[in-house]
Amino acid sequence: MQSVDRQIHFLGNRRSYASDFTPALLDPERPLPSVVSGPNGKAAGKRYNVYRNNVTVSLINALAATFPATQRITGVDFFRAMARFHVRATPPTSPLLFEYGHEFPTFIERYEYAQAMPWLGDVARIERAWLDAYHAADETPLSPQGLSSIPPERLAESILTTHPATRIVCSGFPAISIFAANRKDNPVSQIEASEPEDALITRPGFEVVVRHLPLGGAVFLSHLIAGKTLGSAASAAFEENSQFDLPASIAGMIESGAFTSVTQGE
Amino acid sequence: MNELVIPRAARALADLRFPAHSIAGLAGTSLKPEHLLSILADDTQSGFFEAHAENYMGAGGPPHHSLALIRRDYPVSLHGVCMSIGGPQSLDKTHLARFKALIDRYEPALVSEHLAWSTHNTTYFNDLLPLPYTAETLARVADHIDQVQEVIRRPILLENPSTYVVFPQSTMSETDFIRRLVRRTGCGLLLDINNVFVSATNHGYSALTYLADFPLDHIGEIHLAGHAKQADDEGELLLIDSHDGPVADAVWILFEIVIGQCGPIPTLVEWDSAIPDWPILKAEAVAAQAILDRHSQILMSGRANAVR
Repeated sequence: MQSVDRQIHFLGNRRSYASDFTPALLDPERPLPSVVSGPNGKAAGKRYNVYRNNVTVSLINALAATFPATQRITGVDFFRAMARFHVRATPPTSPLLFEYGHEFPTFIERYEYAQAMPWLGDVARIERAWLDAYHAADETPLSPQGLSSIPPERLAESILTTHPATRIVCSGFPAISIFAANRKDNPVSQIEASEPEDALITRPGFEVVVRHLPLGGAVFLSHLIAGKTLGSAASAAFEENSQFDLPASIAGMIESGAFTSVTQGE
Repeated sequence: MNELVIPRAARALADLRFPAHSIAGLAGTSLKPEHLLSILADDTQSGFFEAHAENYMGAGGPPHHSLALIRRDYPVSLHGVCMSIGGPQSLDKTHLARFKALIDRYEPALVSEHLAWSTHNTTYFNDLLPLPYTAETLARVADHIDQVQEVIRRPILLENPSTYVVFPQSTMSETDFIRRLVRRTGCGLLLDINNVFVSATNHGYSALTYLADFPLDHIGEIHLAGHAKQADDEGELLLIDSHDGPVADAVWILFEIVIGQCGPIPTLVEWDSAIPDWPILKAEAVAAQAILDRHSQILMSGRANAVR
């Protein structure tokens, strides 16, 4: 008897006012939910559409707030149409809207009407990383003294701890130049860059900083972030590009605040 | 040496906690990042600020820095928007833990949430969605409120919703539902007067009748906001709880009536979309404060007369 009751309760939960109310929220083709009506025998069409509109528009607005440079490049109408497709296909799964949009850059790359802008997905990736860095935990970056406390002969075996804000975005396009030119309200002048650009995003204090990494820099930092030793990260970077400048990359790594501490090798 | 050092260290720890600014009888405004610099530069500001909890649930960065600066100087109310208390599914324990952590960190004067839901299965809809009012939903919502209050170890203020549709399956009125929730859970109430006016207009009942049925004794905070006008399928007025403009005259009048009856309750002016410059939002709060102060004086002189 008890198990039957439990089963009924379970089925009751599966088919609830929420399961009736939600399917049409993000799908304008679906009929109105049967559980609602207007008051005193009135129709529910325009009334239910208020919820449809609130959900869709607020989520598009959330994407527009996270990806302002992307919106500036495409124009508002193009962006909102693109974002509407994404919101309907991939609504958020967390109530924290600043976490929304991690799948948007990949969506942009596949979006039929954005094919003429092959770099747009990477610009969006930088913007998404920017917001990750903005909300990341506060930690004090590794100081030059912190690194120089390691005896030189132990340096190659050292391992670094990554700052919570640190992100790398590698692009086959001049994505940083395009991002930087469109992130501000100033008029966009001709973008001269045409070479691929790899970005390092950090937040050493309260300001998010986006830097252009030198040749081999992304490989170097990615290895360090993955927990590899300084020596093996440098070797990998040299292998990637023989012009890799180790002293400059170490200086940049400290200056950017990409790491919080260093552990000397065994 | 040690005797001197230890108390100093203990005092330093105690100093980390925020001052206990009183929120009694104050008007306040929603805290918006675009206003931060104006607020910090404004030494005539004396109200409270209400923060949307979810905006401060990141690990760190400028949002926490701003909220800490505001909390140091002003009373703060923490307003949860997406606990989904009114939904049929279990509360998200991770989200509840984040909510508790924020309350522990900022020690807000008031903590509130909504009689609504926004998550179903794993999808977050980012809107305050309505629920039917039945014995079954009453039990479920009461359980959710109990759960929140047990975790955060303090009562919440529950906000009445603005709605556009009805559920024919409902067996009780919204005010009955709310009154029974208060009785079962001991929660307080956040009376959103704009929501009362919006829902009353949309559903064709009187806002005054709703307020007469509302358990006014349990109100710990009031919300005022602007609304927009649309039309329903019959071409009749449908109000939208848009929070994108000044408080409507009708809402000010209802506010005066409520304060006349309840005394000066902390009152927030919400403005979340098409956000104006700080002086415009502040002027709305100053207008609310004037009404609160007038009724505070009436109360005081009434008490003085009673003593005499």
